[in-house]
Amino acid sequence: MIRVDGLKVVFARGTPLEKTAIAHVDLALAEGEFVTVIGSNGAGKSTLLAAIAGDVPVAGGRIAIGGRDVTDWAPARRARHVARVFQDPLAGSCAELAIEENLAIAAARGTRRGWTAALATARRQLFRSRVAELGLGLEDRLGDRMGLLSGGQRQALALVMATLAGSEVLLLDEHTAALDPAMAEFVLDLTRRLVAAHRLTTLMVTHSMRQALDLGGRTVMLHEGRVILDVAGEARAGLSVDDLVAMFRRVRGGAPLDDDALMTS
Amino acid sequence: MSAIAFWGAVELGLVYAFVAVGVFIAFRVLSFPDLTVDGSFPLGAAVAAVMITAGLDPWLACLAAALAGAAAGLVTAFLNVRFGILNLLASILTMIALFSINLRVMGRPNVALVNRPTVLTPFYDLGLADHLVRPLLLLVLVIATVALVARFLASDFGLAMRATGQNPRMALANGIDTGRQVYVGMGLSNALVGLGGALFAQVAGFADVTAGVGTIIVGLAAVIVGETLLRARGMLVALAACVAGSVLYRIAVQLALSSDAIGLTASDLNLATAVLVTIALVLPRLRARGLAWRSRPT
Repeated sequence: MIRVDGLKVVFARGTPLEKTAIAHVDLALAEGEFVTVIGSNGAGKSTLLAAIAGDVPVAGGRIAIGGRDVTDWAPARRARHVARVFQDPLAGSCAELAIEENLAIAAARGTRRGWTAALATARRQLFRSRVAELGLGLEDRLGDRMGLLSGGQRQALALVMATLAGSEVLLLDEHTAALDPAMAEFVLDLTRRLVAAHRLTTLMVTHSMRQALDLGGRTVMLHEGRVILDVAGEARAGLSVDDLVAMFRRVRGGAPLDDDALMTS
Repeated sequence: MSAIAFWGAVELGLVYAFVAVGVFIAFRVLSFPDLTVDGSFPLGAAVAAVMITAGLDPWLACLAAALAGAAAGLVTAFLNVRFGILNLLASILTMIALFSINLRVMGRPNVALVNRPTVLTPFYDLGLADHLVRPLLLLVLVIATVALVARFLASDFGLAMRATGQNPRMALANGIDTGRQVYVGMGLSNALVGLGGALFAQVAGFADVTAGVGTIIVGLAAVIVGETLLRARGMLVALAACVAGSVLYRIAVQLALSSDAIGLTASDLNLATAVLVTIALVLPRLRARGLAWRSRPT
């Protein structure tokens, strides 16, 4: 479903600040596969997601989604097939618009936006039932401004928004990193449920080794813009967080992890 | 203030209501600080005046003025979207260029429309006083415009435009072509301003190349006065507030000018408007600071 071949991303090319964010990545996700991506800061995790979504230009390689080569597609065009949830809960919705208006924007993703009323009755009913599934009581507040909600509530709604319109691929960029532990757990559980219900091919970047092993069926570790570990099935089932940390240490030449605590949580 | 002066103020307020709605679309919906309006307002007036003088139908002249305004807005959008020129600067470039273009359109600094048929002419025979006919017809046009724009902003396309103005990253992630939204929004905004200019020329009886100076501030004043009076999230109410703001602003100006005690003359209008808009912009911030001060831990 997602196919990345020889991807290379370079920032500030041709300047003294030139930085190779992704040196060379080959990665293929089968339909319905749920892959978690880990790596230290600067490993290229978020850049990989941004490249697939079309936010950053690629310096080399091809990206295909659902068999279509999308390397030259603008982000808006890719959004027909790709849904996203950002790390910053404020980034995924409009604070000044009502909850239902945000949902309407997401519901029209991938369609031709025309003159039809954005908040038609049928849509409102769909929103109500989808939001009610969250169990947060937000279905009675659909007319409220998005900005009145907590980060966790907004992130939960961002996941609903990402799964409102049909899409093939879901990209999650450390979408629980900014939440308190209880809300993060809630959002993770919601992620599991929605991905399963909509059979989405999912790529989830995370800082947490625990999350990386708990969710999905395959884990990829990036380091300095390359894939240094790609495990699935039994090999992955036998891995513990400690194993991953040890692996991390090895690739970094034995240097201790400055963010051990965060990674293993 | 006499009744005629009062209705004159209402009339001017309704003409500038088109500007207010246009400014609302640029500033509030798209978050695009657009000064093009200082050029597209006299552009609309010039196009309409020249066409009416040439004997063409005044309604056709209004349509042409709106299209000319839209073209001006598209130029600003093009400079911003295609070449990444800062939005404010892009609009100033268009505004400056329009001054020359407006002179070209008219062939001279001003065109008089005295004794020419305008969109108002057929309605003068209905038996109402002239100073009531003008605001009534304008009110009908304003209501129709507000209804259409409100419906537009409630559509999928309009909602996409609001998302583009508020959170472009979110808009892109949801498949919204933000560049196209800027084109359409700026075109629509300046079309309304151009239409306002065309109506101004017909109501005032002339088109003048300097008529656009400060249009943006007058439009902003209307939007801000309206927002202060009616705090609403619904688009219909927000647009109605722009219209009310525009009319109230004109009545307030008329009151200030007709009061001997204050001693203002028409030439003080721009200063008074600038001060008013500044106060309106500063007040909410001062109020917020005052609240923070009062609720500070002791």
